Formats: sequence, structure tokens, C-alpha cells
Amino acid sequence: MKRLIIRKKRKSNQKRLLYFKKAMPLYLMLIPAIIIIFIYCYIPMAGNIIAFQKFSAAKGLFSSKQTWVGLDNFKYIFSMKNTHQVIYNTIFISFFKIILSIIVPLIVALLLNEVTKTWYKRTVQTIVYFPYFISWVILSGILFDILSPSTGIVNSILSVFNIDPIYFLGNENTFPWVVIISDTWKNYGFNTILYLTAITSVSQELYESAAIDGAGILKRMWNVTIPGILPIIILVSVLSLGNILNAGFEQVFNLATPTVYSTGDIIDTLVYRMSIGASGGASQYSAATAIGLFKSFISFIMISIGYYLAKRYADYRVF
Amino acid sequence: MVTYKTVGGRIFKVINAIFLGSLAMISLVPIINILAISFSSGQAAAAGKVFLWPINFNLNAYKFVMSNPIFWNSFWVSIKRVIIGVPVNLILIILTAYPLSLTNKELKGRSFFSWFFMFSMLFSGGLIPLYLTIQMTGLIDSFWSLVVPSAVPVYYVIIMINFFRQVPKEIVEASEIDGAGYFGILFKIMVPLVKPAIATIILLCFILHWNSWFDGLLYIGQQNKQPLQSYLQALLARPIDVGALARNPEQWKVMQFVNERTVKSAQIFIATIPIMIIYPIAQNYFIKGGMLGAVKG
Repeated sequence: MKRLIIRKKRKSNQKRLLYFKKAMPLYLMLIPAIIIIFIYCYIPMAGNIIAFQKFSAAKGLFSSKQTWVGLDNFKYIFSMKNTHQVIYNTIFISFFKIILSIIVPLIVALLLNEVTKTWYKRTVQTIVYFPYFISWVILSGILFDILSPSTGIVNSILSVFNIDPIYFLGNENTFPWVVIISDTWKNYGFNTILYLTAITSVSQELYESAAIDGAGILKRMWNVTIPGILPIIILVSVLSLGNILNAGFEQVFNLATPTVYSTGDIIDTLVYRMSIGASGGASQYSAATAIGLFKSFISFIMISIGYYLAKRYADYRVF
Repeated sequence: MVTYKTVGGRIFKVINAIFLGSLAMISLVPIINILAISFSSGQAAAAGKVFLWPINFNLNAYKFVMSNPIFWNSFWVSIKRVIIGVPVNLILIILTAYPLSLTNKELKGRSFFSWFFMFSMLFSGGLIPLYLTIQMTGLIDSFWSLVVPSAVPVYYVIIMINFFRQVPKEIVEASEIDGAGYFGILFKIMVPLVKPAIATIILLCFILHWNSWFDGLLYIGQQNKQPLQSYLQALLARPIDVGALARNPEQWKVMQFVNERTVKSAQIFIATIPIMIIYPIAQNYFIKGGMLGAVKG
């Protein structure tokens, strides 16, 4: 009996050895990426502890000499006058961005699907997808130019209709909408193609039988196409939950000027300015990190909910 | 395809085509407008007369930009960044995606590794901690700060995993019998089979590197080491004085013919050329599978 156990053990040890000998290369392949992700993602993540300290850069990131202050930084940021406004701005902008990023591509995809000439469909598709690949640095340069109240093309067009020049990027009422609309303009091509590809997998027979039943174009869209791609619509919607506090740093950072901060300043730009000490005074490392951590935490919860719902209702798995 | 036989159907078709055509125009007009401005005279641009066609066609703005050494310097940094950064991305993406595309039996601990990478996307380190980490690893003011921290784009790793999973099992099993190890299987069998995927990844990484500007702005203090997009970031968002920008005789020669608008437009256009070249090839691949790889799961 004892011998049998030993033999069994030896056998399983041997098996394990054989497995590791064979699988060793796989672990070797993973090592470089693990090291890089560990250093540049996990260490900064752990570095978020400075949100609970009165951080002094001279002492070093994980130094034991830092003073712990508990939740003081969080109390401070939520007592700050503009924090609530900034959170409101962030949610306002990202909420409308999310809604439009679901609806606009859906409408465009449904309409593109009705185009029978393939070359026309492809051309439109290719063109509307293009701005997606241009950086916000370049696009903001373009927006500054075309929206300029004196020389911009948009105001020239408006003047044809006798509308006085509007300083879109310098007016706090119009600024958030410029951000929302230009973001939709840049990105809707991506989801349009996503929806279009999904539509091609909807059975053609359903369309034909719908046509025989005398269903009009709108009825067909509503009763055949939309139900057919509903899983992907749900997927896009729930996965965008994680963006509720992402109003788009790259975009707002490049477009916003101090005159529109009251409606255009978002969490990320505030964190940036506090970090580099741009708003006057010294850099507020700990307070800035506290706001950032607050945002990451909420986003993490929203993303998790999103993935959970995606798995539950659209059978979606990342890995 | 369903055809339209009724009058209403025909009308819908025409209106639909016009509407979609206008959408395409809205995507293109701003870019064409900038292009037209860059080829126009300074006075016409300042007066806001240029629409879709240059007025007083000339190349002065381009001459002015091209004789600006800082512009070319940062252009070169961007090229260097792409030439070094994209292969680094590609190799690491392939090496990481392949083991993760296998089963839990073939790679014990696969779920743990998957979550290790996944979580890095879900939760971010703050700006200050990240900066301090870059500083600790000695990359501040170094070219490598543009390459190393972003060397493993996890989202693209996931795309690659899905591509690897589409390779039929039988092909891999046949080669396993021949006694090839995992490295052999990966580079002799898998990689040649997923060429379209690799093309997609190369293009995505190219665009990622070409468009990045925040890292250059944050980590690199000296302007002559910054990539093009970081250099332009500082330039495009605020009013510039063309006179103060001119540094050499070639620029002084054309200075009176250009203005802020034409110079900015020319720079915008030059910075977009690489994307324009790569885009027609790229979008084909993207439609075929790039993002679907990510979504199909």
C-alpha cells in the first residue's frame, strides 16, 4: 500500500516535471510582458497610496518617512469649491458622448445597410471612419481653425443664414456641446462598422420574408435588423458604462481654455493641473492623486458591472 | 438584397444616398479646408476667404515649416519612435498572446495570468505615481520613455489572442506530433497563419505611436527630444507669432507671405500624411477582423 502511494507520487511528480519541461517556453514568453506591466501598471497602482499621505516627493514614492494622513486628502478635495462642478461637467459630457456613440452609429449603419451600390457604401464607410485615426492634437488644431469666430469656415457658413459669429470654443454654454459633438464626429465610424458587420450576419431570408409580407423599410429595420443585432447593441452599451467618468482627457486638454473651465473642466484635466501646479501655488501631489483614485475606483466598479452584464446578457467574455 | 420597387422606396433610396453623402462630406470638409488654407496666401487665409480650394496657390507655408529645424527634429523623433516602438510592441504582443490563447491544461495558471493583464486595464495608477515610477526607472528625458512603458498594449494582446484561437486545432496538433516545441509552433506555424492579424496589429501600433503626445509632453522636458505630436500640441493650441518662430534666412524669405493660419495648417497636414498613407491599407484589415477579434470574444 505504502509503496503504491510512493509510486503514485513519483509518477505524478514525473508528470509534473514533464509538464514543466514542455510548458517552460510558455512561461518564458510571458516574462517580458509581465515585468513591463508590473513595473509600469502595478507599481503606479500601488503608488496610489500617496492619496493617503502628506506626500513629499523628496522622500521618495514608497518611503516609510512619508506622513500618513488617512482620508484627509479626500475630505479636502470634496470640500474644494470646484470639485462638485468638475464631477458634474465630467458626467454631463461623458453621458451625452455615450448616448450618441450608441445611437448615431446605429442610425448610420441602418441607413448604410439600405444602400445597394457596394462602391458607394464602401466609400462612405471609409470616409466617415477616417477621423477616428487622427489624434486629438491634430483635430483640436483643426477645430480651433474651423470654429474661429473671425475666419473659421463654420461661422462663414452660418453668416450665410444671417447668424452672428459664435465663439464656440470660448463660450461656456457651447463648449461642452462642441466637445460632445466633435467626439461623436471623430469616433462614430468605428461603431458604425461594428454594427454593419453584425448586420451582415443577420439572415437574408428574414429580410426576404419580411419583404414578401409587405413590410416597409422602417418596419424591416425595426422588426428584423435591430432585433438581429441587439446583442451587439447591448454589448456596446454595457461596455461603455466604464466611461461614465471618462469625458476624454486628450480632447478636453487640447480644446479647453480657462474661460470655459466652469463647464468644460473635467476630472482628468483638474488632476493634471493640480499635479503640475498650474492653477497657482505648489503641486498638490496627494490631493491630485486622491481625485484620480476616486475616479479610478468608480470607473473600476462601473467597468466590472459592465462586464458582468455583458457576460450575462450578451454572452461576452474577454478571454 | 431587397430591391425597391415602389415609388416611396425609390425616393427613400435617393434621400438616403444624399444624406450619407453629406455625412461623408462632414467628415472630410474640415480636413480639406485645412489643406486648402495651407496652400493659400497669408492674406487670403487671414481674411477667412478660403473654403475648399486654395486662393493664390503657393507653397510658402510648407517652405516655412520645412526650414524649421525643430519641426523636422521632432518629425525624426516620431519616425524613430515608430521604427523602434512598433517591432517591440509586435514581438511582445505575439509572445504574450500565444500562451494566453492556449487552454488551462496546456498552460497552468493561465487564468491568473489573464487576470494579471486584464486588471492592468481596469484600474489605473495615478498620474503622479506613474511619473515617479518612470523617474525611478531612469526614463525621464529619455527616448525610451516613449517606447518601454507602452510596450505591451493589453487591448491589442486580447485582439491577438482571439486571432490565435481562430487557427484550427488540427494544424497545431499535427505539428506537435512532429516534435516541435512551443517556440517552434509559434514562429513556424502560428505566426505565418495569422499574417493578416499581424498586419492589423502593426498598423494599430503604428497609429498608436504616431498619435501619442502626452507621454512626450510629460516625460521629456527638452523640446528637441519630443515627438512631433507633443511639439505640435504646444504649438497648435495657442496663438503663435510667425515672426518669432522664424530662425533662419530661408524662413525670413517667405515670412511675409505666410501667417499663423497657413503655417499651422501646413503643419497639421504634414503630421497627418503618414496616417493618410497607411489608412487605405489599414481600414481593409480593420474591417476584416481587427476589432472583431476583440468583440467576438
